[in-house]
Amino acid sequence: MNAVAQNLLSTQLLNWTGLLYFFSMFSFLILLTAKNKKIGVVATSLAYAGLALHTVAIGLRWIESYNLGYGHAPLSNMYESIVFFSWTIVLIFLIIDIKYKYKIVGVFVMPFALFSLAWAQMFSVVSFTGSEALGKLVMMDDKISPLMPALQSNWLLYHVVTCFLGYAAFAVACGVSIMYLIKASFEQNEKDKSAGGILAVFPPIRVLDDMNYKSIMIGFPLLTLGIITGAAWANYAWGSYWSWDPKETWSLIVWFIYAAFLHARFTRGWVGKRAAWLSIFGFLATLFCYLGVNLLLSGLHSYGGK
Amino acid sequence: MTTSKRGLIESFWDFFCSLKLTIFLLISLALTSIIGTVIPQGQLPPQYVAQLSPFKLQLYTTLGFFDMYHSWWFITLLYMMSLNLVCCSIKRLPHVFKFVTEPVLTLDDVTRKSYALKMETTFSTPADIVKKRVEEFIASEFSKPVITDHDGEQQLFVQKNPWSRLGVYVVHSSILVIFIGGIIGSLFGFNGYVNIVEGTSVSSIDGRNGKKIPLGFELRCEQFSVSFYDTGVPKEFKSILTVLENGKPVKDYTNARIVVNDPLQYKGITFYQSSYGNAGNYFFELTDINGKNKTILSVSADHGATLPDGSVLKVAQTTADIAPFEPGHSGPAAAVELIGPNGKAEQFVVYANHQDLNVNQAKEHSWKNIIHYKGTEEKMYTGLQVAKDPGVWFVWLGSALMITGLYIAFLMSHKRIWIVIKKGHVFMYGNVNKNQASFEIEFEQLSEKLKECVKERG
Repeated sequence: MNAVAQNLLSTQLLNWTGLLYFFSMFSFLILLTAKNKKIGVVATSLAYAGLALHTVAIGLRWIESYNLGYGHAPLSNMYESIVFFSWTIVLIFLIIDIKYKYKIVGVFVMPFALFSLAWAQMFSVVSFTGSEALGKLVMMDDKISPLMPALQSNWLLYHVVTCFLGYAAFAVACGVSIMYLIKASFEQNEKDKSAGGILAVFPPIRVLDDMNYKSIMIGFPLLTLGIITGAAWANYAWGSYWSWDPKETWSLIVWFIYAAFLHARFTRGWVGKRAAWLSIFGFLATLFCYLGVNLLLSGLHSYGGK
Repeated sequence: MTTSKRGLIESFWDFFCSLKLTIFLLISLALTSIIGTVIPQGQLPPQYVAQLSPFKLQLYTTLGFFDMYHSWWFITLLYMMSLNLVCCSIKRLPHVFKFVTEPVLTLDDVTRKSYALKMETTFSTPADIVKKRVEEFIASEFSKPVITDHDGEQQLFVQKNPWSRLGVYVVHSSILVIFIGGIIGSLFGFNGYVNIVEGTSVSSIDGRNGKKIPLGFELRCEQFSVSFYDTGVPKEFKSILTVLENGKPVKDYTNARIVVNDPLQYKGITFYQSSYGNAGNYFFELTDINGKNKTILSVSADHGATLPDGSVLKVAQTTADIAPFEPGHSGPAAAVELIGPNGKAEQFVVYANHQDLNVNQAKEHSWKNIIHYKGTEEKMYTGLQVAKDPGVWFVWLGSALMITGLYIAFLMSHKRIWIVIKKGHVFMYGNVNKNQASFEIEFEQLSEKLKECVKERG
């Protein structure tokens, strides 16, 4: 075994990225109460800077993998996927921000990006002192490892990229839905009074509802594409496009939930709060599909659990 | 009688046309699908069955939980969903089709008032000049208008992407196409596996249900090899295969190389590299119970070997070093099964470096012989997944339709604009079936330009 620690520049860049995301999230929190709305520009600028550095770090890790003689896209294990997940969340958030310009959404979205990146960094460096079983679940290896035969395919790139962009869009939808539920319940309690204080900076619920729908309109086709590329790869690699493996099944469960969400919008009694709850459950199912299946269930994707 | 019968059919129809049913089915499918990710599916490990209470085992078996994705109730849910989406489509398609083929060319007063997007401007130039200008303007900025003279006013109607309203039905039909692919695959395809020892050939494979499936040709494994990274992780599994027809190698299918993620296809049957193992003989030294009369026994990997007393020795697994499995012991060892002449089977481990353990074991069970493990001959077999699925092209066709349909349904919108010219006034009304926000911007820009166009040169 190669016992030499890999001192990777990309890993260091990711530390700086994490710091930028932290300050970005902090600025978004200030935006909640600040009078001066310029802090919102600072917050998104920090997010842009973080995303740029994050992109460089991922690209560099790709190059480093070639330098080590392995040569594969940095999407091959839990550590790499969670770093990429964080990247996709910031990307989708900034795209939505360009379109809607409601910066405050960042308060509920940036934490998803920051926590995933922080998790990858914390539990790959620090030794875990809790119970052994829990340690096995949360620890991950940040080394660049050679690719096992089953993953040596270009489909890996198409499959992972489409799936994670979809997951990220669902994360944004979930953040927006939480905002919707907070604002909607407040407006219900205090009828005829305009929502004041912190809630005044929230977008109107009509806009939140629309953003939720728009995010899922981005995520749903991407998830569909992710499932299809996965099926195509499975068919090419072992002759069966669908075998009800836990990962496949959970991705289909997520697909069913968001399909229900999309139909709910045309059904009386299902718009508004119920749709927001469906979006939140959808993201919980997405998280289970991504993390729960790898960490708790066994199957074709179990290599991702290490 | 007829009315109640009609009522029944109608309520049946309404039931299957309802969107609430769609949501109910989608959520039911999502929730029930969880079962199969928690309860093991297909062939159950004996340990798992042993720890289930008889009641649970009975319950799970009755409900089909051990093969739930093929159980009657899950399939019923899928059929109901298909029926639901067919009914919904049949009910709504004629209406939508009318929308596409017979556009509303003129707006009445009530509809005009209900539209959120409207614009008004005035002009003083002669009406026919303005009409001509507006006509040219909208043709170059949007699309060619249909002009109607109506009640002393002129209405110009333009639209974009009317057929994008059909996108959602493309998605719905794609699901049916994928289902058809799945059904064709399960009726006319098969899925199995085969192990081929280096230098030998096979003409049939083992199906999932244990039945032999003839290939119609022969497949020979010339060579199998596995390579490793310097970290000890496998890098590549590689088989060299030759297809034989009537005993003769087929051109272009001689010494074909397959690795994981790069299969071999011949006559619609695809062979995928999936596993490998040792096919060589295992060697054991046999003595009688007091250590005399040494003989060497060669045990084949497939059939085992028969001992002098009529019992059969089979090898389950071997290792070059037992230490990771049994701390304190070391060296090569074999997990074997001894089936006595009376049919009674016993499983145990025999060692190469611990002769005393082998002796004690034999004495405890009062066997006639002592068995020592000697080693294994290096000869590999390649493990191949074999699949034939004539339905797969329907699945890809359905997938392509689904992506196209989603693109149309989500990203393209049916935009409609009416311009009314009436007594020195120009009104413009806009309507879109989705993506309201971006159309609002487009409408506002168009409004500004139209105002300029009407005003200018006036």
